[in-house]
Amino acid sequence: MNWSAVRAIYVFEMARFFRTIAQSLISPVLSTSLYFVVFGAAIGSRIQEVEGVSYGAFIVPGLVMLTVMTQGISNASFGIYFPKFIGTIYELLSAPVNFLEIVMGYVGAAATKAMFIGVVILITSFFFVDITIQHPLAMVAFLVLTCVSFALFGFIIGIWAGSFEQLQLVPLLIVTPLVFLGGSFYSISMLPPVWQTISMFNPVVYLISGFRWSFFGLADVPILTSLLAIAGFTGLCLGAIWWIFKSGWRIRQ
Amino acid sequence: MAPILSIKNVRKAYDDGFEALKGVSLDIEEGEILALLGPNGAGKTTLISTVCGITMPTAGTVTVAGHDIVRQYRAARSLIGLVPQEIALEPFEKVINTVRFSRGLFGKGRKDSAVEDILRRLSLWDKRNNQIRELSGGMKRRVLIAKALAHDPRVLFLDEPTAGVDVELRKDMWDIVGQLRADGVTTILTTHYIEEAEAIADRIAVINDGEILLVEDKDKLMTRMGQKQLIVQLTDPLSKVPAALADYALVLGKDGQSLVYTYDTKSERTGITRLLQDVAKAGLHLRDVETQQSSLEDIFVSLVHKGEDAA
Ligand SMILES: Nc1ncnc2c1ncn2[C@@H]1O[C@H](COP(=O)(O)OP(=O)(O)OP(=O)(O)O)[C@@H](O)[C@H]1O
Ligand SMILES: [Mg+2]
Repeated sequence: MNWSAVRAIYVFEMARFFRTIAQSLISPVLSTSLYFVVFGAAIGSRIQEVEGVSYGAFIVPGLVMLTVMTQGISNASFGIYFPKFIGTIYELLSAPVNFLEIVMGYVGAAATKAMFIGVVILITSFFFVDITIQHPLAMVAFLVLTCVSFALFGFIIGIWAGSFEQLQLVPLLIVTPLVFLGGSFYSISMLPPVWQTISMFNPVVYLISGFRWSFFGLADVPILTSLLAIAGFTGLCLGAIWWIFKSGWRIRQ
Repeated sequence: MAPILSIKNVRKAYDDGFEALKGVSLDIEEGEILALLGPNGAGKTTLISTVCGITMPTAGTVTVAGHDIVRQYRAARSLIGLVPQEIALEPFEKVINTVRFSRGLFGKGRKDSAVEDILRRLSLWDKRNNQIRELSGGMKRRVLIAKALAHDPRVLFLDEPTAGVDVELRKDMWDIVGQLRADGVTTILTTHYIEEAEAIADRIAVINDGEILLVEDKDKLMTRMGQKQLIVQLTDPLSKVPAALADYALVLGKDGQSLVYTYDTKSERTGITRLLQDVAKAGLHLRDVETQQSSLEDIFVSLVHKGEDAA
């Protein structure tokens, strides 16, 4: 293992994050606060409670997940797309590194950033609602796994993308709908039966459900299923990246 | 001694089917400076990219200090430094950080003294804390060189290091390459400037259309170029070289209007005086006299054109 390369990539990517730390944080914090105002205050005054949890608190895990997933994807996809775009990828391709080291550097940094922002969102939410976390360890585990797996997914998008438009396309067309329909703002059990069945095909449901369980002890699907789902997703992404580097798809002519 | 870089029958076809390298073989000795000359699209960058791992060869093998670039890519690549043709740098990063990054990426631990040494050598130390976007084009090129040298490579590729660079910086580059050679670094550089190859290379290779047309010691080429031709224009055309001038190995020029005499500028006696006297004695009338020297440029152009005519 070329650990020095992993560290070099990680440090370089984190430096990019800290250069623009204000922008990186302002927009997620602002939008989360808006969600609290809109969903928590406006809608929450009508719904009040979901399965014994106040609606304002109920949406917190979903909001954190929403942020972490979109941030993981956008950070990782941009992180690898940008070198392709400005041409600095030549250095990566000519360096004595294998795919695992490149992935650990880029995905590690992207996941760290997403995690950082996720924690900031969580802290922000403490200002709006009272929450206690019943299973802190599970909470951290779900958070880390989600950051990593979505960063892996973002990495694939970044390699696939041939333009900035395409870079935005997948998150916009696929990820955002899945995340919004994944139960961030409601419990799946609140849906009509048909939609409950359809929701079971949405992988995000499993993540949000598991994450919410670590807060309140209530879940839409069994916790083990959630864990398996996220592990499977991570494995799938890793496999795809391994194949990409082996075949040189979209990176090496 | 085994060559430090050995390229054997390398072919490269791009995805669109275009064959940019058509079986290139080239051995490069440790410590030498090789200039790779060739017109636009000849395959210079493709060859370098293949050796460095940026593109995959379709066929053939390359070894660096005995390490195969595909099977033993780690060992091979850690010995290579690459300065690409196009300037590609992270615009918002500081100079010193990009150099540290390169060093780390190539598996060397952080060593500030080494980085400082390189930056000083390339006159970038004063700019170390500037963002890349604040540098001039020539400085950016030097940052690329600094990055390529950050891990102490033994083989350095410079893809047109002096394109768009002013005279002074070009001299600087030559000095840098010279210093590197003193340290035992092998350098392969591509260039369109023949004077550049003349000024710094030990050997010169000419590539066109994906094929190496010539590899020769620069000195040998220079001797070839040391040959000069004296062209004697005549008032009255001749049908053949007069017998009285048989000793000079003269060639009759176009339409018999001139006589061409080839001599070596470096020899003690060029024989010009005697020839001209003999020409007068033979009763020929001179209209004009001119001399021509074949330059590396002529050799280059004639090689490339010969290839094109054959195609
Ligand atoms: N990615 C690519 N896909 C298809 N063809 C390519 C690709 N890169 C280069 N080529 C083709 O390969 C040939 C050789 O290109 P290359 O860049 O190696 O030339 P070069 O000798 O470096 O030229 P220059 O002096 O202009 O830099 C050209 O015909 C070029 O069009
Ligand atoms: Mg080129």
